[in-house]
Amino acid sequence: MRPEPRLIEVRKNVLKQNDVVARSLRNTFHAAGVFVVSLVSSPGSGKTAFLEKTLTLLRPNFRVAALVGDLATENDAQRLARSKAPVRQITTGTLCHLEAAMVQNALAGWNVNDLDFLFIENVGNLVCPSSYDLGEDLRLVLISVTEGEDKPLKYPTIFNSADVAIVTKTDLAAAVEFNWETAYNNIQAVRPGMAVFQLSAKSGAGIEAFLEFLATRLADLRRTAAV
Amino acid sequence: MHELSIALSIVELAEEEAARRGVSIEAVHLRLGALAGVVKDALLSCYEMACENTSLQGSRLEVEDVAVVIFCPTCSAERPLGSIQLFCCPECGTPAAEVVHGKELEVVALEVQECAQNPV
Repeated sequence: MRPEPRLIEVRKNVLKQNDVVARSLRNTFHAAGVFVVSLVSSPGSGKTAFLEKTLTLLRPNFRVAALVGDLATENDAQRLARSKAPVRQITTGTLCHLEAAMVQNALAGWNVNDLDFLFIENVGNLVCPSSYDLGEDLRLVLISVTEGEDKPLKYPTIFNSADVAIVTKTDLAAAVEFNWETAYNNIQAVRPGMAVFQLSAKSGAGIEAFLEFLATRLADLRRTAAV
Repeated sequence: MHELSIALSIVELAEEEAARRGVSIEAVHLRLGALAGVVKDALLSCYEMACENTSLQGSRLEVEDVAVVIFCPTCSAERPLGSIQLFCCPECGTPAAEVVHGKELEVVALEVQECAQNPV
Protein backbone atom coordinates (compact mmCIF):
# COMPACT_ATOMS: atom_id res chain seq x y z
CA MET A 1 0.00 0.00 0.00
CA ARG A 2 1.25 3.47 -0.82
CA PRO A 3 2.40 5.34 2.29
CA GLU A 4 0.60 8.57 3.22
CA PRO A 5 2.29 11.64 1.85
CA ARG A 6 3.94 13.62 4.59
CA LEU A 7 4.45 17.32 4.90
CA ILE A 8 7.94 18.73 5.31
CA GLU A 9 8.19 22.28 6.54
CA VAL A 10 10.49 24.38 4.36
CA ARG A 11 9.87 28.13 4.86
CA LYS A 12 12.03 29.43 2.04
CA ASN A 13 11.56 32.70 0.24
CA VAL A 14 11.22 31.94 -3.47
CA LEU A 15 13.30 34.95 -4.39
CA LYS A 16 15.94 34.14 -1.78
CA GLN A 17 18.65 33.96 -4.40
CA ASN A 18 17.89 37.49 -5.56
CA ASP A 19 17.64 38.75 -1.99
CA VAL A 20 21.00 37.27 -1.06
CA VAL A 21 22.69 39.06 -3.96
CA ALA A 22 20.75 42.28 -3.21
CA ARG A 23 21.90 42.18 0.41
CA SER A 24 25.49 41.66 -0.66
CA LEU A 25 25.20 44.60 -3.07
CA ARG A 26 23.69 46.77 -0.34
CA ASN A 27 26.59 45.96 1.99
CA THR A 28 29.11 46.77 -0.74
CA PHE A 29 27.36 50.05 -1.52
CA HIS A 30 27.18 51.11 2.13
CA ALA A 31 30.83 50.26 2.74
CA ALA A 32 31.70 52.35 -0.32
CA GLY A 33 29.52 55.28 0.81
CA VAL A 34 27.63 55.39 -2.50
CA PHE A 35 23.93 56.27 -2.46
CA VAL A 36 22.04 54.04 -4.89
CA VAL A 37 18.79 55.13 -6.51
CA SER A 38 16.61 52.96 -8.75
CA LEU A 39 13.86 54.17 -11.05
CA VAL A 40 10.71 52.29 -12.06
CA SER A 41 7.83 53.43 -14.23
CA SER A 42 5.75 52.51 -17.26
CA PRO A 43 7.51 52.71 -20.61
CA GLY A 44 7.50 56.34 -21.77
CA SER A 45 7.07 58.07 -18.40
CA GLY A 46 10.31 59.97 -18.82
CA LYS A 47 12.80 57.98 -16.73
CA THR A 48 15.66 58.47 -19.16
CA ALA A 49 15.04 62.18 -19.76
CA PHE A 50 14.76 62.74 -16.00
CA LEU A 51 17.87 60.71 -15.31
CA GLU A 52 19.89 62.45 -18.01
CA LYS A 53 18.96 65.82 -16.51
CA THR A 54 19.78 64.60 -13.00
CA LEU A 55 23.17 63.22 -14.00
CA THR A 56 24.04 66.44 -15.87
CA LEU A 57 23.11 68.67 -12.93
CA LEU A 58 24.76 66.50 -10.27
CA ARG A 59 28.01 65.88 -12.11
CA PRO A 60 29.70 69.22 -11.32
CA ASN A 61 29.48 68.50 -7.58
CA PHE A 62 29.15 64.75 -7.27
CA ARG A 63 30.66 61.61 -8.77
CA VAL A 64 27.77 59.92 -10.54
CA ALA A 65 27.19 56.86 -12.72
CA ALA A 66 24.21 54.98 -14.12
CA LEU A 67 23.07 51.55 -15.20
CA VAL A 68 20.05 51.30 -17.48
CA GLY A 69 18.01 48.20 -18.30
CA ASP A 70 16.09 47.63 -21.52
CA LEU A 71 14.95 44.56 -23.42
CA ALA A 72 16.82 45.73 -26.49
CA THR A 73 18.96 48.57 -27.92
CA GLU A 74 21.63 50.71 -26.31
CA ASN A 75 19.62 53.87 -27.00
CA ASP A 76 19.02 54.83 -23.39
CA ALA A 77 22.66 54.37 -22.42
CA GLN A 78 23.65 56.59 -25.34
CA ARG A 79 21.22 59.29 -24.25
CA LEU A 80 22.41 59.12 -20.65
CA ALA A 81 26.03 59.22 -21.76
CA ARG A 82 25.41 62.75 -23.09
CA SER A 83 25.65 63.79 -19.43
CA LYS A 84 29.32 62.68 -19.55
CA ALA A 85 28.72 60.38 -16.58
CA PRO A 86 29.83 56.74 -16.86
CA VAL A 87 26.85 54.73 -18.10
CA ARG A 88 26.34 51.07 -18.85
CA GLN A 89 23.43 49.40 -20.63
CA ILE A 90 21.99 46.13 -19.33
CA THR A 91 20.18 44.38 -22.19
CA THR A 92 17.76 41.88 -20.71
CA GLY A 93 16.58 40.15 -23.88
CA THR A 94 13.07 39.07 -22.94
CA LEU A 95 13.28 39.55 -19.18
CA CYS A 96 10.80 42.21 -18.12
CA HIS A 97 12.66 43.45 -15.07
CA LEU A 98 16.15 43.83 -13.62
CA GLU A 99 17.41 41.42 -10.98
CA ALA A 100 20.19 41.88 -8.44
CA ALA A 101 22.57 39.52 -10.23
CA MET A 102 22.29 41.58 -13.41
CA VAL A 103 23.23 44.72 -11.50
CA GLN A 104 26.15 42.89 -9.89
CA ASN A 105 27.45 41.71 -13.27
CA ALA A 106 27.02 45.14 -14.83
CA LEU A 107 29.19 46.72 -12.14
CA ALA A 108 32.21 44.55 -12.96
CA GLY A 109 35.25 46.73 -13.46
CA TRP A 110 33.72 49.79 -11.79
CA ASN A 111 35.03 50.87 -8.41
CA VAL A 112 31.93 51.99 -6.52
CA ASN A 113 34.18 53.58 -3.90
CA ASP A 114 34.77 56.27 -6.50
CA LEU A 115 31.07 57.15 -6.62
CA ASP A 116 28.70 59.36 -4.66
CA PHE A 117 25.54 58.35 -6.54
CA LEU A 118 24.71 55.28 -8.62
CA PHE A 119 21.42 55.34 -10.54
CA ILE A 120 19.74 52.18 -11.83
CA GLU A 121 17.03 52.74 -14.42
CA ASN A 122 14.80 49.64 -14.52
CA VAL A 123 13.04 48.27 -17.57
CA GLY A 124 9.88 50.27 -18.33
CA ASN A 125 7.33 48.16 -16.47
CA LEU A 126 5.06 49.01 -13.55
CA VAL A 127 4.40 45.38 -12.60
CA CYS A 128 7.32 42.96 -12.48
CA PRO A 129 10.12 45.08 -10.99
CA SER A 130 8.22 45.31 -7.68
CA SER A 131 9.32 41.83 -6.62
CA TYR A 132 13.05 42.32 -7.13
CA ASP A 133 15.32 44.04 -4.64
CA LEU A 134 18.35 45.51 -6.44
CA GLY A 135 20.26 46.57 -3.33
CA GLU A 136 19.26 50.21 -3.76
CA ASP A 137 18.82 52.80 -0.97
CA LEU A 138 15.97 54.60 -2.67
CA ARG A 139 13.42 53.41 -5.20
CA LEU A 140 11.68 56.10 -7.23
CA VAL A 141 8.37 55.39 -8.97
CA LEU A 142 7.70 57.80 -11.82
CA ILE A 143 4.35 58.61 -13.38
CA SER A 144 3.89 61.29 -16.01
CA VAL A 145 1.00 63.77 -16.10
CA THR A 146 -0.17 62.12 -19.33
CA GLU A 147 -0.85 58.79 -17.63
CA GLY A 148 -3.87 59.75 -15.60
CA GLU A 149 -4.33 60.55 -11.92
CA ASP A 150 -5.56 57.04 -11.08
CA LYS A 151 -2.31 55.31 -11.99
CA PRO A 152 -1.41 54.69 -8.32
CA LEU A 153 -4.77 52.99 -7.72
CA LYS A 154 -4.16 50.70 -10.67
CA TYR A 155 -0.66 49.73 -9.54
CA PRO A 156 -0.65 49.72 -5.74
CA THR A 157 1.96 46.94 -5.58
CA ILE A 158 4.72 48.92 -7.26
CA PHE A 159 3.91 51.99 -5.15
CA ASN A 160 4.24 49.80 -2.07
CA SER A 161 7.65 48.60 -3.18
CA ALA A 162 8.89 52.15 -3.88
CA ASP A 163 9.95 54.92 -1.50
CA VAL A 164 9.37 58.22 -3.30
CA ALA A 165 7.07 59.17 -6.19
CA ILE A 166 7.97 61.57 -8.97
CA VAL A 167 5.33 63.11 -11.20
CA THR A 168 7.05 63.93 -14.49
CA LYS A 169 6.38 66.02 -17.61
CA THR A 170 4.67 68.77 -15.62
CA ASP A 171 5.26 71.04 -18.62
CA LEU A 172 2.37 69.12 -20.26
CA ALA A 173 0.05 69.28 -17.24
CA ALA A 174 -2.18 72.06 -18.57
CA ALA A 175 -2.54 70.45 -21.99
CA VAL A 176 -3.85 67.20 -20.48
CA GLU A 177 -5.77 68.93 -17.68
CA PHE A 178 -3.83 67.03 -15.08
CA ASN A 179 -5.29 67.28 -11.57
CA TRP A 180 -2.35 67.36 -9.17
CA GLU A 181 -4.48 67.14 -6.01
CA THR A 182 -6.25 63.99 -7.19
CA ALA A 183 -2.99 62.37 -8.20
CA TYR A 184 -1.35 63.28 -4.89
CA ASN A 185 -4.34 61.95 -2.90
CA ASN A 186 -4.29 58.70 -4.86
CA ILE A 187 -0.62 58.23 -4.10
CA GLN A 188 -1.29 58.84 -0.40
CA ALA A 189 -4.21 56.40 -0.51
CA VAL A 190 -2.03 53.48 -1.63
CA ARG A 191 1.10 54.56 0.24
CA PRO A 192 0.36 56.89 3.17
CA GLY A 193 3.18 59.32 3.84
CA MET A 194 4.94 58.82 0.50
CA ALA A 195 6.97 61.89 -0.49
CA VAL A 196 6.00 63.16 -3.94
CA PHE A 197 8.00 65.47 -6.21
CA GLN A 198 6.66 67.05 -9.37
CA LEU A 199 9.02 68.17 -12.08
CA SER A 200 9.76 68.62 -15.74
CA ALA A 201 13.02 67.32 -17.17
CA LYS A 202 12.34 69.48 -20.23
CA SER A 203 11.93 72.82 -18.50
CA GLY A 204 13.90 71.99 -15.35
CA ALA A 205 11.02 73.00 -13.08
CA GLY A 206 11.07 71.18 -9.76
CA ILE A 207 14.39 69.40 -10.32
CA GLU A 208 16.33 71.52 -7.83
CA ALA A 209 14.11 70.46 -4.93
CA PHE A 210 14.65 66.83 -5.81
CA LEU A 211 18.44 67.23 -6.09
CA GLU A 212 18.51 68.86 -2.66
CA PHE A 213 16.61 65.87 -1.33
CA LEU A 214 19.18 63.51 -2.86
CA ALA A 215 22.07 65.46 -1.38
CA THR A 216 20.45 65.24 2.07
CA ARG A 217 20.01 61.49 1.72
CA LEU A 218 23.67 61.07 0.72
CA ALA A 219 24.76 63.11 3.72
CA ASP A 220 22.55 60.95 5.98
CA LEU A 221 24.09 57.78 4.56
CA ARG A 222 27.63 59.03 5.09
CA ARG A 223 26.81 60.22 8.62
CA THR A 224 25.31 56.85 9.56
CA ALA A 225 28.32 55.04 8.16
CA ALA A 226 30.70 57.25 10.11
CA VAL A 227 29.04 56.42 13.44
CA MET B 1 6.11 36.19 -18.56
CA HIS B 2 7.33 37.05 -15.12
CA GLU B 3 5.29 34.29 -13.44
CA LEU B 4 7.21 31.67 -15.43
CA SER B 5 10.45 32.96 -13.97
CA ILE B 6 8.94 32.68 -10.47
CA ALA B 7 7.61 29.18 -11.22
CA LEU B 8 11.04 28.06 -12.38
CA SER B 9 12.53 29.36 -9.13
CA ILE B 10 9.92 27.40 -7.14
CA VAL B 11 10.70 24.21 -9.05
CA GLU B 12 14.45 24.72 -8.57
CA LEU B 13 14.02 25.32 -4.85
CA ALA B 14 11.78 22.25 -4.47
CA GLU B 15 14.10 20.01 -6.48
CA GLU B 16 17.05 21.00 -4.30
CA GLU B 17 15.13 20.14 -1.14
CA ALA B 18 13.92 16.87 -2.66
CA ALA B 19 17.43 15.82 -3.62
CA ARG B 20 18.78 16.74 -0.17
CA ARG B 21 16.18 14.69 1.66
CA GLY B 22 15.82 11.80 -0.79
CA VAL B 23 12.10 12.29 -1.32
CA SER B 24 9.78 12.74 -4.28
CA ILE B 25 7.44 15.69 -4.33
CA GLU B 26 3.66 15.38 -4.61
CA ALA B 27 2.91 19.05 -3.97
CA VAL B 28 4.55 22.37 -3.17
CA HIS B 29 2.77 24.57 -0.66
CA LEU B 30 3.24 28.28 -1.32
CA ARG B 31 2.16 31.39 0.58
CA LEU B 32 1.40 34.20 -1.85
CA GLY B 33 0.83 37.71 -0.57
CA ALA B 34 -1.55 40.08 -2.34
CA LEU B 35 1.34 42.57 -2.66
CA ALA B 36 3.94 40.07 -3.86
CA GLY B 37 3.48 41.18 -7.44
CA VAL B 38 2.59 37.70 -8.68
CA VAL B 39 -0.79 36.66 -10.15
CA LYS B 40 -2.00 33.31 -8.76
CA ASP B 41 -3.70 31.96 -11.90
CA ALA B 42 -0.78 32.87 -14.12
CA LEU B 43 1.56 31.23 -11.61
CA LEU B 44 -0.47 28.01 -11.56
CA SER B 45 -0.36 27.78 -15.38
CA CYS B 46 3.33 28.50 -15.45
CA TYR B 47 4.04 25.98 -12.69
CA GLU B 48 2.85 23.17 -14.92
CA MET B 49 5.18 24.35 -17.68
CA ALA B 50 8.07 24.80 -15.28
CA CYS B 51 7.71 21.21 -14.00
CA GLU B 52 7.96 19.62 -17.43
CA ASN B 53 10.90 17.24 -17.77
CA THR B 54 11.85 17.69 -14.12
CA SER B 55 11.43 15.40 -11.14
CA LEU B 56 8.45 17.58 -10.16
CA GLN B 57 6.46 16.78 -13.29
CA GLY B 58 2.90 15.97 -12.28
CA SER B 59 3.18 17.66 -8.88
CA ARG B 60 0.65 20.19 -7.61
CA LEU B 61 1.19 23.78 -6.52
CA GLU B 62 -1.02 24.58 -3.53
CA VAL B 63 -1.26 28.35 -3.14
CA GLU B 64 -2.35 29.91 0.12
CA ASP B 65 -3.39 33.53 -0.50
CA VAL B 66 -2.11 35.91 2.16
CA ALA B 67 -4.22 39.02 2.64
CA VAL B 68 -2.59 42.34 3.41
CA VAL B 69 -2.38 43.12 7.12
CA ILE B 70 -1.32 46.62 8.19
CA PHE B 71 -0.29 48.01 11.55
CA CYS B 72 -2.50 50.88 12.72
CA PRO B 73 -0.51 53.44 14.73
CA THR B 74 -3.67 54.79 16.37
CA CYS B 75 -5.17 51.46 17.42
CA SER B 76 -1.71 50.01 18.08
CA ALA B 77 -2.94 46.82 16.45
CA GLU B 78 -2.60 44.76 13.30
CA ARG B 79 -5.64 45.01 11.03
CA PRO B 80 -6.62 43.25 7.80
CA LEU B 81 -6.76 45.68 4.90
CA GLY B 82 -10.06 45.98 3.06
CA SER B 83 -8.68 47.15 -0.27
CA ILE B 84 -5.18 47.67 -1.63
CA GLN B 85 -6.44 50.89 -3.20
CA LEU B 86 -6.81 52.38 0.27
CA PHE B 87 -4.21 51.81 2.95
CA CYS B 88 -6.05 52.84 6.06
CA CYS B 89 -7.22 51.16 9.24
CA PRO B 90 -10.65 49.50 8.72
CA GLU B 91 -11.55 50.39 12.32
CA CYS B 92 -10.51 54.01 12.79
CA GLY B 93 -9.58 55.18 9.29
CA THR B 94 -6.01 56.29 10.13
CA PRO B 95 -3.71 56.05 7.08
CA ALA B 96 -1.46 53.04 7.60
CA ALA B 97 1.76 52.60 5.68
CA GLU B 98 3.26 49.72 7.65
CA VAL B 99 2.59 46.40 5.93
CA VAL B 100 2.87 43.44 8.33
CA HIS B 101 1.68 40.70 5.95
CA GLY B 102 1.02 40.62 2.25
CA LYS B 103 4.37 40.58 0.49
CA GLU B 104 5.03 36.87 1.02
CA LEU B 105 6.31 34.66 -1.80
CA GLU B 106 7.36 31.68 0.28
CA VAL B 107 7.50 27.92 -0.11
CA VAL B 108 6.25 26.83 3.30
CA ALA B 109 6.05 23.06 2.90
CA LEU B 110 6.56 20.14 0.58
CA GLU B 111 4.19 17.18 0.39
CA VAL B 112 6.51 14.24 -0.19
CA GLN B 113 6.72 10.53 -0.70
CA GLU B 114 9.85 8.70 0.37
CA CYS B 115 11.76 7.56 -2.66
CA ALA B 116 11.19 3.85 -3.41
CA GLN B 117 13.70 1.57 -1.71
CA ASN B 118 16.00 -0.44 -3.94
CA PRO B 119 14.29 -3.69 -4.91
CA VAL B 120 15.50 -6.66 -2.88
